[in-house]
Amino acid sequence: MTDKKEWPLWEVFIRSQHGLAHRHVGSLHAPDAEMAIMNARDVYTRRNEGVSIWVVKASEIAASSPSEKGPLFDPANSKVYRHPTFYEIPEELGHM
Amino acid sequence: MLRRSAVYAQMVKTGVDHIQSKEEMSPEERAFQDRVDADIKIEPKEWMPEAYRKTLIRQISQHAHSEIIGMQPEGNWITRAPTLERKAILLAKVQDEAGHGLYLYCAAETLGVSRDELLEQLNSGKAKYSSIFNYPTLTWADIGAIGWLVDGAAIMNQVPLQRCSYGPYSRAMVRICKEESFHQRQGYDIMMKLAKGTPEQKAMAQDALNRWWWPSLMMFGPSDAESVHSAQSMRWKIKINSNDELRQKFVDQTVPQAEYLGLTVPDPDLKWNAERGHYDFGAVNWDEFYQVVAGNGPCNRQRLRTRVKAYEEGRWVREAADAYAAKKAARAQVKAA
Repeated sequence: MTDKKEWPLWEVFIRSQHGLAHRHVGSLHAPDAEMAIMNARDVYTRRNEGVSIWVVKASEIAASSPSEKGPLFDPANSKVYRHPTFYEIPEELGHM
Repeated sequence: MLRRSAVYAQMVKTGVDHIQSKEEMSPEERAFQDRVDADIKIEPKEWMPEAYRKTLIRQISQHAHSEIIGMQPEGNWITRAPTLERKAILLAKVQDEAGHGLYLYCAAETLGVSRDELLEQLNSGKAKYSSIFNYPTLTWADIGAIGWLVDGAAIMNQVPLQRCSYGPYSRAMVRICKEESFHQRQGYDIMMKLAKGTPEQKAMAQDALNRWWWPSLMMFGPSDAESVHSAQSMRWKIKINSNDELRQKFVDQTVPQAEYLGLTVPDPDLKWNAERGHYDFGAVNWDEFYQVVAGNGPCNRQRLRTRVKAYEEGRWVREAADAYAAKKAARAQVKAA
């Protein structure tokens, strides 16, 4: 009963009315990008959720692996000087 | 509409025969359970016990199937809705259900199955969907009763599932719950209009309540006191409350709503128990429940037949969409070259 060819999976990103960036909201199956956008509009913006839609084929996305979380993000841990709060500024200078 | 997880999960055989103690677990399993205990969401790429994956696939997909089949009983009244406004509302609701099915299939797919595989299981009758959709919608009031009772029971279950341990499922629930409260309110709104209408309308509302009350209580699934699977699901936080807990909560919440309508709940044993602070209620007819789950409810065959027919007769359209996409992709390639 299954069709031979499966429609590809698309990841959907939406920028809301006052949103600064597109946010991932979910995914859907569609034969092509045009249909993916149409379906994303119907499914994910039925209640004025957004003003802009991106769809990306899921197969085009590479993701970091949870098991490598340590080595991947470790380097940031020892670099506290990247945060502005690391630096002490004399109180009498006021806000900086 | 989201349906009761216990019902979806009841047929799951995952190979778990007892709940492991921490000592029995492998280091991986222990680390996994620790994460669950600490309320850290499990995400698709992370390691998880095979039985956890299987249970979730079964539960989420049966949930998704319920959304898809659930469009039929209500779709039955779209062309006959009594006013244009009611018709537009019903259309919006059925559209939401298609969307909920979509969210859920996508959540299930993060566990490594394909949607086509899951739909194949639905079409072949191998996969279950919520027992409630095997009951017929005989009058317009049934549309009200479904929104009020069936979606009400669904919400009772979904709200805690927003905290379920599997990230994609819990996020789908958050999204669905928002839309679900619209469904329940519009259902109650229909019931209010009918209950305050002509004697015929009120009788119609009462009749709908009489027919949907018990099937709604069955949506919470059998008492899970003896079920190992249920206990394991709760340990894994795939399930947050027991079936009986949620059923009691539903009765406590719904009886006053029926009273407000001036309607009678069809249960002679229903009585407020001041000592417990809950309503006592009569025994559910579990024979009927198991008959329906086994495929022998009033509409099982019709529901599946409709579904398979849509799938088969839509095949050429899907193939056309595929061919068109392939043609466009080929053209784009030529242009780029």
